[in-house]
Amino acid sequence: MAKLNMVEAIDQALQQEMQSDPSVIILGEDVGRDGGVFRVTDGLIQRYGEDRVIDTPLAESGIVGMAIGMAIAGYRPVAEIQFAGFAYPAYDQLVSHASRMRNRSRGGVHGAARVRMPYGGGIRALEHHSESMEAVYAHVPGLKVVVPADPYDAKGLLVAAVRDPDPVIFLEPARIYRAIKMEVPEEPYVVPLGKARVVRPGRDVTLIAWGAQLRVMREAAERLAAEAGTEAEIVDVRTLSPFDFETVVESVKKTGRAVVVHEAPRSCGFGAEISAQIMERALLYLKAPVARITGADTIPPLAKLEDYYQPDAPRVVQAVKDTMEF
Amino acid sequence: MAPINTLVSYSVQSVKVLDEDGSVDISLMPELSPEQLKALYEHMVLTREFDERMFKMQRQGRLGTFARVKGQEGAHIGAAFALRPEDWLVPAFRETGALLLRGLPMQQLLQYWSGDERGGAFPRSLNTLPIAVPVGTHMIHAVGIGWALRYSGTEAAVLTFFGEGATSEGDFSEAMNMAGVFQAPVVFCCQNNQYAISLPFTKQTASPTVAQKALAYGMTGIRVDGNDVFAVYRVTKEALERARLGLGPTLIEAFTYRVTDHTTSDDARRYRSEEEVEAWKRRDPIERLAKYLRAAGLLDDDGVAAVQAEAENRVAEAVTAFEAIPPISPEETFKHVFADLTPPLAEERDALLRRLATGASPGATKGE
Repeated sequence: MAKLNMVEAIDQALQQEMQSDPSVIILGEDVGRDGGVFRVTDGLIQRYGEDRVIDTPLAESGIVGMAIGMAIAGYRPVAEIQFAGFAYPAYDQLVSHASRMRNRSRGGVHGAARVRMPYGGGIRALEHHSESMEAVYAHVPGLKVVVPADPYDAKGLLVAAVRDPDPVIFLEPARIYRAIKMEVPEEPYVVPLGKARVVRPGRDVTLIAWGAQLRVMREAAERLAAEAGTEAEIVDVRTLSPFDFETVVESVKKTGRAVVVHEAPRSCGFGAEISAQIMERALLYLKAPVARITGADTIPPLAKLEDYYQPDAPRVVQAVKDTMEF
Repeated sequence: MAPINTLVSYSVQSVKVLDEDGSVDISLMPELSPEQLKALYEHMVLTREFDERMFKMQRQGRLGTFARVKGQEGAHIGAAFALRPEDWLVPAFRETGALLLRGLPMQQLLQYWSGDERGGAFPRSLNTLPIAVPVGTHMIHAVGIGWALRYSGTEAAVLTFFGEGATSEGDFSEAMNMAGVFQAPVVFCCQNNQYAISLPFTKQTASPTVAQKALAYGMTGIRVDGNDVFAVYRVTKEALERARLGLGPTLIEAFTYRVTDHTTSDDARRYRSEEEVEAWKRRDPIERLAKYLRAAGLLDDDGVAAVQAEAENRVAEAVTAFEAIPPISPEETFKHVFADLTPPLAEERDALLRRLATGASPGATKGE
């Protein structure tokens, strides 16, 4: 089995879906001749031509709006927004149309644009290139929101997203695009949307995260085991909407403690939703309040201060220790 | 030093076929059979009658807020009359006559404007998108559909409607630009009714016309008298034919006037004079067509009365059919959020059904 990084795994998923389904169309800025600024769509235009791998004008709202029209006409458009921090002009199309077309027409047509975008910090980039705004999409009825944490899931979740009949926001953690290599099956496979996964079993505390933070969780869990004998269970949320509360709540019922970690701002972040769900469904199992480790409610800082903003293993370890001693 | 010319020169053609007296410019008159002429007239009268009846029903509290089309029948019906069944229509919200012309049952529109979202289930065979309330954001969908028609080699085009206010929205620019870049078979039809709620056209844009905006996007633009159904039909028919042949998109500005309030919630007396409105009422598109038909021997007093009576009958039947529609079930709101009900939504739906099963009545504090 070939070892792939996330960029290669996503590229392979797109290539295979385009191969097996002629209705799959790629569109976005620099996705064709340039293969995308992160090279995620590398090689696709050579195989499938510029009619199926469309270099669009620089217009995010237009890209998503066109994708909605294509979906209405029966195609499966996969749009790329170059960075999540530039997606805001397209937010109107997502909220006003992609998410509602099915409801508005009572199932007659749908606006199932699949919108991929690199997101999140840790890449020492310019302003607007490090944002983590998954909660603003998860808040929108009618949108599915997916965040892969490794190459295997990236391929399987993207295949699921391309085949899904609903609009999907597919957030790719830029920080781990090339940081993790793992065995990825050559043949296409589906990792179902809406299903979280326990990636490390443990008895003492549940760590809940998604995307690039999974690496931080693993590091924290190892340190906790070594330093304090605390066995942390890690849940990779994978799909923020629809949210798999069952997997999360089952874990918390077992451990009695929960720490939610995300790099997005704290207030109204998705951690607040998870914390509320745990409280509503498992209050009497809790031995300590649900803790949140998050970015601050500030503008994501530029490179020099980025490390102060991003959650890291020491912060998570300390939060778990505080939770254990509550 | 000689001054530098800072702008390319351009001219906007303004097309008029049928004047206020009902006489036509023979050289520009589109080909229309007597049956088509009669059908056009009957449809405009039907739309007017339907609009009047809906207005009364709104005032009686039987319908919610809606946007009237009175006085704009020439613009949107003239344009939609040029559509073929395989073409697509991407409407905004002031195109009642075009929707009915596509075959949408009147009772379904009544259902929609009454606040029953099942009315949005336009039959798929009509190739007509549901009503788009957010201004100026739907034209880009026409470009996506147009791209798909072109890619699949389908000889069909897309007609999308919007008002002059929508041309100030950013998505208008993105849609026009991408239609030009991809040579999408789209006809952009702007019903310039000169008011975006209260804002007059002169304050909406410094451009003297909407049509000239086509120039910047490398497409054909044309202005037409929107109260002249022959002119609108003719330019739209030609634009759709060009689009179907792969010759690119067109922007049509149908210059008309909104003789009613913006919606039933508006009071236009706050921002414009009675004299202005009355002057435009004298340019009524239906009267103009009737004069032509009378002169051509296709219509007389009895004919006018018969067409009016038939319109009233059809509207009355639609109202009866609308009133017979069973009430919408509360769980309908969960049905089409996603293709399949997700577990979190199923939980919320079940909680609502449990509340209702205990006899709880919703809306204890009724809104207006």
